[in-house]
Amino acid sequence: MSTKGWPKLSILLACSSMLMAASGGWLSKVPDAERRRVNPFGGNREAVAAGAVLFQSNCATCHGKDADGKHSRPSLRSERVAHATDGELAWLLKNGSLWKGMPSWSSLPEQQRWQIIAYLRSLPPQTTEPRRAK
Amino acid sequence: MQAAAQEPPYFVTYSDKLEEPGNLEVGLKGLTGSPQDANAFFSPTLELEYGATGWWTTEVYLQGQATHNDSAIFTGFRWENRFRVLLAEHWVNPVLYLEYENVNRADKSLLEITGHDTVTDFQVSNAEGRADVERAIEGKLILSSNAKGWNFSENFIAEKNLANEPWEFGYAVAASRPLALVARSRDCIFCRQNFAAGAELYGGLATIHDFGLEGTSHYAGPTLNFNLRGTTIGFSPQFGLNDNAATVLWRFRVSYEIQQFRDWFRKGEPR
Repeated sequence: MSTKGWPKLSILLACSSMLMAASGGWLSKVPDAERRRVNPFGGNREAVAAGAVLFQSNCATCHGKDADGKHSRPSLRSERVAHATDGELAWLLKNGSLWKGMPSWSSLPEQQRWQIIAYLRSLPPQTTEPRRAK
Repeated sequence: MQAAAQEPPYFVTYSDKLEEPGNLEVGLKGLTGSPQDANAFFSPTLELEYGATGWWTTEVYLQGQATHNDSAIFTGFRWENRFRVLLAEHWVNPVLYLEYENVNRADKSLLEITGHDTVTDFQVSNAEGRADVERAIEGKLILSSNAKGWNFSENFIAEKNLANEPWEFGYAVAASRPLALVARSRDCIFCRQNFAAGAELYGGLATIHDFGLEGTSHYAGPTLNFNLRGTTIGFSPQFGLNDNAATVLWRFRVSYEIQQFRDWFRKGEPR
């Protein structure tokens, strides 16, 4: 390729990256086995209550007390989160999306990560315009 | 409100846990002891740790010490950076640690042991020690694993005094676990998930010329953390394992995490 093509290629790559980020590029990285995992606490009211407390301690400062996003950090009541499987959310909590600013929560015990997911599932969908996801 | 994510209760060993991006942790790490043939001392270290990105944490340490029958002095500063090498979670998560330090020989913080650090270092008077300033770079390879609530961390340390001195080495290994893996559904202070317990072992590996466990000191001890509302309190008695080490050192740590410190400087409403 001639050097003249590099600026166009760079722009194309940058646009692709932004599109991937905006459309939840992390979803494509989740292995199938992880994607199929089911929350062992799904529907458990105690777990939802515990997840709410964990959410306020660990997640609310970035994602808002009502999980509807804050600054550039995405809403967790968006359609994308609602449509993600338990396994996909568990994978994101464990691995994070470090390049996009979402830290890994692997230091939080797995059971507590599932409790947070149980809480997220209990939230009603967002009624206002959701924030653009990272 | 319950604890934020439980940090492993280590004093010397680093794990793969980085500061969350935008968070600032302010901490005070203390070490006190009464080593054989030396005066009792107390060494406080002020820590400012900031999560620059999801994969990079930067930290500044300001160190000092007060020695009984001697004086209280500022001993120097360190600036460290930790970089997570792999962006996803693996069985072993490597983190690279790079540090510049400017501390004098009177320093008694024992943030790590390298080279031939021994109990005789505590016998140096403050006046003599402060005159000998050491400027060094230090690297650590941090390997850390998380499985079934446990954290296992291993550090290999290499330090080079920028004066013409040989490379010095050290190690630290630790394991810990929260006392409960499942969170309770109600607000609680002294419930088990707010505590983490573990054990730590660390020491020197001499220099590039005489690499090994001889002629240096080694310590081990149990560690305990209590974490509540962003405040962490840690405690550990650490016991010398050979004649080159102090019999016992007492460590404690108090820190507070200011969540999303960077939002203080953002303009406009969050929503």
